[in-house]
Amino acid sequence: MIELDNVAYSYGGGELLSELSLQLAPGSFHFLTGPSGTGKTTLLKLCYGALRPTAGQARLFGTDVREMDRDAVALSRRRIGVVHQDCQFLDHLTLAENVALPLTVAGEPISAQDQNLRELLGWVGLSSRANALPPELSGGERQRAALARAVISSPEVVLADEPTGNVDWEMSQRLLRLLIELNRMGVTVLIATHDLQLIRAAKSQVQARVLRIANRRLQSAGVDL
Amino acid sequence: MPQLIEVTETSQGYDAAGLRLRLQAEVPGAVLDDHARWRKPLVAAAARLKMLGWVSGLLIAAAVGAMVTLAANAALSANAQVIAVLRLVGATDAYIARAFVRRFTLRALSGAAVGTVLGVGAVALLPSGGETAGFLTGLSFRGWHWGIPALVPLLAAVVAFAATAVAARRVLGGLS
Repeated sequence: MIELDNVAYSYGGGELLSELSLQLAPGSFHFLTGPSGTGKTTLLKLCYGALRPTAGQARLFGTDVREMDRDAVALSRRRIGVVHQDCQFLDHLTLAENVALPLTVAGEPISAQDQNLRELLGWVGLSSRANALPPELSGGERQRAALARAVISSPEVVLADEPTGNVDWEMSQRLLRLLIELNRMGVTVLIATHDLQLIRAAKSQVQARVLRIANRRLQSAGVDL
Repeated sequence: MPQLIEVTETSQGYDAAGLRLRLQAEVPGAVLDDHARWRKPLVAAAARLKMLGWVSGLLIAAAVGAMVTLAANAALSANAQVIAVLRLVGATDAYIARAFVRRFTLRALSGAAVGTVLGVGAVALLPSGGETAGFLTGLSFRGWHWGIPALVPLLAAVVAFAATAVAARRVLGGLS
């Protein structure tokens, strides 16, 4: 569904990533690891069309990113849920409205999705906070809200960039469990993290491939974990 | 008692010098006063004034457009985070632009409506000049002309709509 073929990316001075190939097959579970600044976030951005590769080919659901206009990229986001480390919300909307935002912008009536929304908030444990405004939420609540927002439109892929970066171990376990549950429902998951403990915890519960960025290239890092 | 005789000119005009000479000979003491002579430059000036009015109208429309464009640009950059969030959850440029365009169009519409009400009030207070109204006192609206100011808010809204749409498209097109 998301394919990177011999992709390179440079921000101007020298290549950050080069000769990088990646295929996210439906239902797969990937970890992306590597030290800070090696391009994990850049790689994720290439995966959801926020950046275009400077060389090579990136395909989202079979379409070359270079051939997609801005609207096509926006429409593909409805099939890709993205969770950032510093997840941002619309601060004047309540948590429930923020979680339902992908439906709102897609022009779907929220009333039809009300049941779905309530179940989803229950799933991430935020039912009691539905009417809170985002600035009132704790770090862990924001992360779970971002995850709920990422999955409300039933995406085929969830890309998470350091989803456990701002939360304690117990909360990161909880987030991981939610992501694993999603994967069991058939959603493709890619998590960028430098937290090896989290990867080890996941490996006992799900068959995950671990990819590491080193020397600007992507390597399989399954053996040493 | 002085006698007053009104002479209406035909389109061919008349021989002013000849008439004056004949009057001098036949009715000494009669004075020929040609109104049209001093009225003509004033009528021309009034026509110029009208053109000046139209040019000011155009300049005001251009100023409204520029002002709305600047305000829309400021609002778009101040709301960069909102736009990023909307992009992330799959909003198209048209959706995002619509939110800004709607807001600025409604603001221009209501602002211009308030301005129009105040302006019409000021015009209504102008002296009418009554029956003897000449072109200098007749600056107020008459009859259906009172409907013309109602177009001002509509035109302002159209200008704001176009200016915001262009500004939004340009700013959003420059984002990743």
